[in-house]
Amino acid sequence: MLLIKNVMLVDALGERGPADVLIGEGRILSLSGGKAERVLEGKGLLLAPGFLDLHAHLREPGQEVKEDLASGLLAAVRGGYTDVVSMPNTNPPVDTKEAVQALRKKAQALGLARLHPAAALTQGQEGKALTEAGLLKEAGASLLTDDGRTNEDAGILAAGLLQASAFGLPVAVHAEDASLRRGGVMNDGPLADLLGLPGNPPEAEAARIARDLEVLRYAVRRSHGKPHLHIQHLSTKRGLELVREAKGAGLPVTAEATPHHLTLTEEALRSLDPLYKVAPPLRTQEDLEALIEGLLDGTLDAIATDHAPHTQAEKEMDLLRAPFGIPSLEVAFPLLYTELHRKRGIPLKRLVELFTDGPRNILGLRPLHLEEGAEASLVLLDPKERPVDPRGFASKARFSPWAGWVLGGWPVLTLVEGRVVHQALG
Amino acid sequence: MRHLLDFQGWTRGQVENILDTAKVMAEVLERPVKKVPALQGFTVATVFFEPSTRTRISFELAARRMSADVVSFTAQTSSLQKGESYKDTLLTLEAMGIDAYILRADSAGVPHQATRWVKGAVINGGDGRRAHPTQALLDAYTLLEALNTLEGKKIAIVGDILHSRVARSNVELLPLLGAEVWAAGPPTLLPQSLPGARLTPHLEEALEEADAVMVLRLQKERMEAGLIHLQDYIAHYQVTEKRLRKAKPHAFLLHPGPMNRDIELEGTLADSERSLVNRQVRNGLAVRMAVLYHLLVGREG
Repeated sequence: MLLIKNVMLVDALGERGPADVLIGEGRILSLSGGKAERVLEGKGLLLAPGFLDLHAHLREPGQEVKEDLASGLLAAVRGGYTDVVSMPNTNPPVDTKEAVQALRKKAQALGLARLHPAAALTQGQEGKALTEAGLLKEAGASLLTDDGRTNEDAGILAAGLLQASAFGLPVAVHAEDASLRRGGVMNDGPLADLLGLPGNPPEAEAARIARDLEVLRYAVRRSHGKPHLHIQHLSTKRGLELVREAKGAGLPVTAEATPHHLTLTEEALRSLDPLYKVAPPLRTQEDLEALIEGLLDGTLDAIATDHAPHTQAEKEMDLLRAPFGIPSLEVAFPLLYTELHRKRGIPLKRLVELFTDGPRNILGLRPLHLEEGAEASLVLLDPKERPVDPRGFASKARFSPWAGWVLGGWPVLTLVEGRVVHQALG
Repeated sequence: MRHLLDFQGWTRGQVENILDTAKVMAEVLERPVKKVPALQGFTVATVFFEPSTRTRISFELAARRMSADVVSFTAQTSSLQKGESYKDTLLTLEAMGIDAYILRADSAGVPHQATRWVKGAVINGGDGRRAHPTQALLDAYTLLEALNTLEGKKIAIVGDILHSRVARSNVELLPLLGAEVWAAGPPTLLPQSLPGARLTPHLEEALEEADAVMVLRLQKERMEAGLIHLQDYIAHYQVTEKRLRKAKPHAFLLHPGPMNRDIELEGTLADSERSLVNRQVRNGLAVRMAVLYHLLVGREG
């Protein structure tokens, strides 16, 4: 039994407290205290449901030099995540039930965050033949996606949506028209022109979202189940508007945004540092403001990290050759707690919702609230500020665009079903 | 000034300072013994991750004319092919005590990255589409020689502006000296904007009353990428005797080389008296000597 005293509670329902939270048998037993072997003073701290990340690249199997389940899931619990969706663009890609089962088994043995592997939508992520949605679902796949690749063939995407709809699996897409993007490595516009870098136009995202929404419309018309299209790492104002319109029209679409698109703009590339090279690229301030608007009005359903670890040497290559991606599992919440809640006044309740019930809804998981009887997958947060130091990351990728940023809201205790999986109490 | 990467944040005074020194260096190059001891004891490395014989020779000769020791590294003969990184290559050279690095790479920003890794001075010898600052300095020097001043002069840059580091550096530098810069090219080869330049897809508009015309090399790979059709380019963007009549009488012609005669430029024009192409090459040496001198001897702070 664990008792956390005098702690403020925050979940999608709101902020309340202080409460004395008694935890035992993997559940919240009481919010008004009780006897416990271990007592923590929670004064000044916040307690929230454990976070769920819809979009992490854990690189196993095949690229363990960048990250593996052990380092990635440890990074996750240090970031307050109790649940993680791993992307299937590994080597080989996760496109069979055996691969899904193997990942889950290994993750369970680690006893850190719970893994919900995403599986490929098409065999080998080649965009040609569908994977076995039903068997993948039974093996524990959480969603289907060819993330990392864009689905060029609209017919295959349509078939994938229809197939997945029978098993209640969402289909997630990296929405970007590759032919319009060509070799773009940063947002297309005056800054890319000035820096002489190949641009990736915002229209490449909008064009593909527009197409995918029409494909979804078709799938809805033809399906006997419930198709669900999820748009990953939305980065542009126009893309957001398209999703907003579609939601308004009742289409079953959801969308996520990343911590980097919510806190950084293309201006970061002025340094010509490949650290800031991501796909989709960092956009303009106008896009960033639109995304924040989208968080508030519900156009965006979740914040997902797109945690994309690479080796230091890879990220120190030149801008044309360095890989896309930023590791962010360990800083996502403190970053947005500080930059969006503290500095911009985004309600804490909404921010927490975007890390908890928002992504849970997308996977069809039940909401998780701080109430008696609820599953004790929880995170304790310390509002005290300290600078980001990537050298201390559990992730193998120990670089960060936010190095040195002073943030509050650090996870100091993470519990999965009542079990302590991360502890950094002072 | 510790490095020469591009002209972001530069002042007119700094540019004029270097061009003044270049004038002194040009005099040295007129002497029977074309060598001074200014850089004796310094070691300069040319590190070319992308091949360019002409630029490399120009830099190496510039360093030698000032008595520096010169080492040269090119990617073809190096361990870069075996996967050694830019950083490791530079750190290896750093361990050998290099004072200045002249870097050339096909990707923008490599010289900027290098300044984080090495202590020596970094000179951008051309990085991707980003910048080729010594080319712009030698262009400015050559234009000043021909026109006396750039104040109020109209300079037209013609060709593939989008992919050109020469265009970008000139567009940054020439306005600092008072020039009005126009850039003309086919719409697929024109950026959305470049601070300091007027962009137009209409060649005639750029040539109108120009004091000098800088013609860029048209690269075959743009045709292969489907961005232009060669015959269409020649028909609408080739700088010809006839089209030059739009410009001021005796408007000067520049080209960073190597030239595709009769593609971007009417062949005979390249050899005409208005062509400054050979002067550009000669001045390149003096300008690069001046840059090395400023970074190594005249280092501020």
